[in-house]
Amino acid sequence: MEHIRTPKVEQVRLLDRFSNKITNGTLYLTATHLIFVESSANNSTSILHHHIASMEKLSLTTSGCPLVIQCRNFRVVHFVVQRERDCHDIYSSLLHLLRPVSYEELYAFSYNPKQNDQQREEGWQLIDLGAEFERMGVPCDQWQLTDVNRDYKVCETYPRDLYVPITASKPIIVGSSKFRSKGRFPVLTYFYQEKKAAVCRCSQPLSGFSARCLEDESMLQAISKANHNSRFVYVMDTRPKLNALANRAAGKGYENEDNYSNIRFQFVGIENIHVMRTSLQKLLEVIGTRSLSMSDYLVGLESSGWLRHIKAIVDAAVFLVKAVTIEGASVLVHCSDGWDRTAQVCSLGVLLMDPYYRTIKGFMVLIEKDWISFGHKFAERCDQLDGDPKEVSPIFTQFLECVWQLTEQFPQAFEFSEWFLLQIHEHVHSCQYGNFLGNNERQREELQLRERTHSLWAFLMSEKQNYLNPFYSPAYSEMHPVLEPSTLPYHFKFWRNMYHQFDRSMHPRQSILKTILTLRENSRKAENTVQALESVTRCDPQCDTRAPCASSHQRTALQLQHHPVTSGLPHTGGTHQPQRSAAAGRGG
Amino acid sequence: MEFAELIKTPRVDGVVLHRPFMPTVEGTLCLTGHHLILSSRQDNTEELWLLHSNIDSIEKRFVGSLGSIIVKCKDLRVIQLDIPGMEECLNIASSVEALSTLDSVSLMYPFFYRPMFEVIEDGWHSFLPEDTFKDLESMTDEWRLSEVNKDFSVCPSYPPLVAVPKDIDDNTLRKVATFRHGGRFPVLSYYHKKNGMVMMRAGQPLTGTNGRRCKEDEKLINVTLRLGKRGYIIDTRTISVAQHAKARGGGFETEANYPQWRRIHKAIERFNVLQESLIKLVEACNDQSHNMDRWLSKLEASSWQTHVKEILTTACLAAQCIDREGASVLVHGTEGTDSTLQVTSLAQIILDPACRTIRGFQGLVEREWLQAGHPFQQRCAQSAYSNSKPRQEAPVFLLFLDCVWQILRQFPCSFEFTESFLVLLFEHAYASQFATFLGNSAAERAKLSLTEKTVSLWSWVNRPQELERLTNPLYEPNSLVIWPSVAPQSLLLWEGVFLRWNRSSKWLDDAYEEMVHIIEYNKELQNKVNSLRRQLAQLETDDPLLQTP
Repeated sequence: MEHIRTPKVEQVRLLDRFSNKITNGTLYLTATHLIFVESSANNSTSILHHHIASMEKLSLTTSGCPLVIQCRNFRVVHFVVQRERDCHDIYSSLLHLLRPVSYEELYAFSYNPKQNDQQREEGWQLIDLGAEFERMGVPCDQWQLTDVNRDYKVCETYPRDLYVPITASKPIIVGSSKFRSKGRFPVLTYFYQEKKAAVCRCSQPLSGFSARCLEDESMLQAISKANHNSRFVYVMDTRPKLNALANRAAGKGYENEDNYSNIRFQFVGIENIHVMRTSLQKLLEVIGTRSLSMSDYLVGLESSGWLRHIKAIVDAAVFLVKAVTIEGASVLVHCSDGWDRTAQVCSLGVLLMDPYYRTIKGFMVLIEKDWISFGHKFAERCDQLDGDPKEVSPIFTQFLECVWQLTEQFPQAFEFSEWFLLQIHEHVHSCQYGNFLGNNERQREELQLRERTHSLWAFLMSEKQNYLNPFYSPAYSEMHPVLEPSTLPYHFKFWRNMYHQFDRSMHPRQSILKTILTLRENSRKAENTVQALESVTRCDPQCDTRAPCASSHQRTALQLQHHPVTSGLPHTGGTHQPQRSAAAGRGG
Repeated sequence: MEFAELIKTPRVDGVVLHRPFMPTVEGTLCLTGHHLILSSRQDNTEELWLLHSNIDSIEKRFVGSLGSIIVKCKDLRVIQLDIPGMEECLNIASSVEALSTLDSVSLMYPFFYRPMFEVIEDGWHSFLPEDTFKDLESMTDEWRLSEVNKDFSVCPSYPPLVAVPKDIDDNTLRKVATFRHGGRFPVLSYYHKKNGMVMMRAGQPLTGTNGRRCKEDEKLINVTLRLGKRGYIIDTRTISVAQHAKARGGGFETEANYPQWRRIHKAIERFNVLQESLIKLVEACNDQSHNMDRWLSKLEASSWQTHVKEILTTACLAAQCIDREGASVLVHGTEGTDSTLQVTSLAQIILDPACRTIRGFQGLVEREWLQAGHPFQQRCAQSAYSNSKPRQEAPVFLLFLDCVWQILRQFPCSFEFTESFLVLLFEHAYASQFATFLGNSAAERAKLSLTEKTVSLWSWVNRPQELERLTNPLYEPNSLVIWPSVAPQSLLLWEGVFLRWNRSSKWLDDAYEEMVHIIEYNKELQNKVNSLRRQLAQLETDDPLLQTP
């Protein structure tokens, strides 16, 4: 590639950011990755260009020119390049490489996992949102699929397929959409069959100080009517009241309870994308400090506000869940444009009330539905193309963290472990798969992602074994379909495995999760061995002793096999030797 | 004195017990000399048996004629008892108050308790210094067991037998004792088999303001050094605290007099500061009205986690000097009975795999805390809820357990015991039917004739059923030195103690059960595979065709 001036620099030193550990090696720059190969061991660190969030060339020192790279997956690497010119070359090459201006430059369009077109196609078909709505029991006598947005005419950031109350006619929908920011009118995102209660989402109304819209009022009325269990529908404005008030001056705002019959309006106070961005920056600054004292850590954790924001999101989700599952009321959730906080609250809420979303497949469906299809602006929030830095915000990261906090409280309720969450986070930023590219469904169709890129879900599904939570209990989910988390402050912890993912010195040296997963795998193998051994020992008495029967061959084969079961736990080397091996080594 | 004098109302009916995360129980409240008992007199209903000595403070509240007492326990639990009748309530409250603050040790429950279990091994004889020394003898002949303190006259807080350098005679020890705080002359704490380096502990040297020196003291610690090697003195106090100590007759080892030693000062806090820290922490944990900011700021203000980090850091330093630098270490603070023991015992957890077994850990607690003269009775007289002005109370031992828990969390497969063992030790250090943690020193325990009159905690613990409960199913002996991370991000609040009564642990317990199940199933399969293989081998030897090639 024309941007790469220096493909290889030798004698580069990699400094650990928390200890004094220094590793020597060679730095390679490829079209997609920056790779550091250690000279002593066979170790290498490779960094995808898309993962690089920022670079900084520090002032020259006696040992060379330092280059600090911050990644979106929270990896921070500190290189020292001996010659300043080399450092500069790498720096400026990367500068070009990591600021792609068109989608076609993203890794997903060149990434080829050696699959044929059919496999690629199958991968994309893994998640089917139509089937998902059917699973919820929609369409039904109260909710129907509308084709009003078939050509993205009514709302270009919504998907084509939308579900609305059967009483919401097209004029009502169109009228309502004109009264909602970016045309994002109220639509169904989840149907709680047990109580026939709906979770709907939209953007803020263009109410200003006094404007009203009869169609929009009818729309909410229709949502309310679709649920016979409750006389009213909750309208959750997920913004702090002050923000909503301020929006009125710009002709936007929130629902006036006097104009809408049968609504109960509620603010829940989640901060906006700018506050969240700054909060994460502060957090990273604090935890990136060397020799951090406990006091500075805790003060920093507090002043960053990060956990406060996480708690606010979970609090909002808990409110939603209570309204739906206990009161049996339908809830309409919105924020400003209805693609950030709304996505967080809706997806987290339904995750709490429907065990399906707590499975690996269900979680993919959930992300596909509430985030990808409803137009969370991944391209802008994750800074995929060289864009407005003010649009970047860790909204989706927060969602993943909320889920992690819940997995800590309910260790048996989730089919997946935190590795699954971490891997999704990794790929939301890697731009290696097509799923998260672009800002909405329409854009994705234009980019022909299904034809030109691969689906992350198929890849994750093929590695499902790695992401299983060994403590998961489907029986638990049956008994407790709705989770009721505590949101007392001390239940929210700093997610070390996310924000220090690559700082190995920070982590426990032995992992219970890893140990138990290996044990389970060993047990699975042992089950097979037991089965095989039992079949041999059982048929043996019937064997004709004068001719070597099949079973003795089989038997020898079993003994020749490398012993698959370790006696104890997998983290130590002490494997139990097979009871006998002397007879092994005889040919058939 | 008769307990009956203190019990004005021994029995009240219709009392309602409230406990967090548990259904209320209505029943009869009984007071005995040592227990507060609530029984519903129904089958399958758990009764409450609370040792008076576990009660840290009580509060009374009245609504009409219904009185309530709120009982705050040393294990940090808070319960409420609704007692009908104002007089009954007042009587109960005053009796409990009196019974839970008895001054006389000989009235404590361990002197009345008779074990309801079969004692397989008498814990009083499980960890004798002679036996420990035998292990040492098998590794080195440079140390001897001295009887200089046989009658506790040289150092009242030391045990009768201590390990000292072979070349130092008892007379020298007597002289050194006069130069060290509380007579605590340097003794062996740990011998690192891998490289023969040692860790010693002592009280501060009594240099005073005019720089008194003691040749014998210098000689004693110098003989432990290898030729040409320097040792490290870890003073658990900051240099300014150590300087201040001079004014009160204390001090530290100066470079001039101890040229072969490098002195490092750390900042582990003293007991009253720690007690305040515990009170603040528990207050923060119990207030559920906090928002996130307030919670984090209260947690920070309590400084508890700071203490944990500081203690662990110092222990790592000591361990590093020994294992990585290949140097011997002397640890002391002021008295040498608190921060010193935190450091020496934690360093052994890091260095010595034996200390990470259930029995080894008991031995460590016995050696480095009980025999080493940590004043348990003073330190654990009151816990976080005490209203009275703290005197000598301090959660020094609890901090040690917290630090062990932090290491256990980072190396969940390297300890034979689980968190439950640490929680159990915390509970029994504060209130117990066993006498293990009674008294402040070996001398006091000898005077109380505990060995004859009471039962040791170790007698209870070292029975198969109890050991099974405490055994970590993930344990796989790990002979390596284990270095914990002491970054603030790696250290957590010990929920098992501080949030124990403020959260429902049901989901966590269930997940733990599931883990145990997975491990046991694996073992079962393993055994099955092995037995089938044996069977197969047997068949094969019986099979003549396979015998001939």
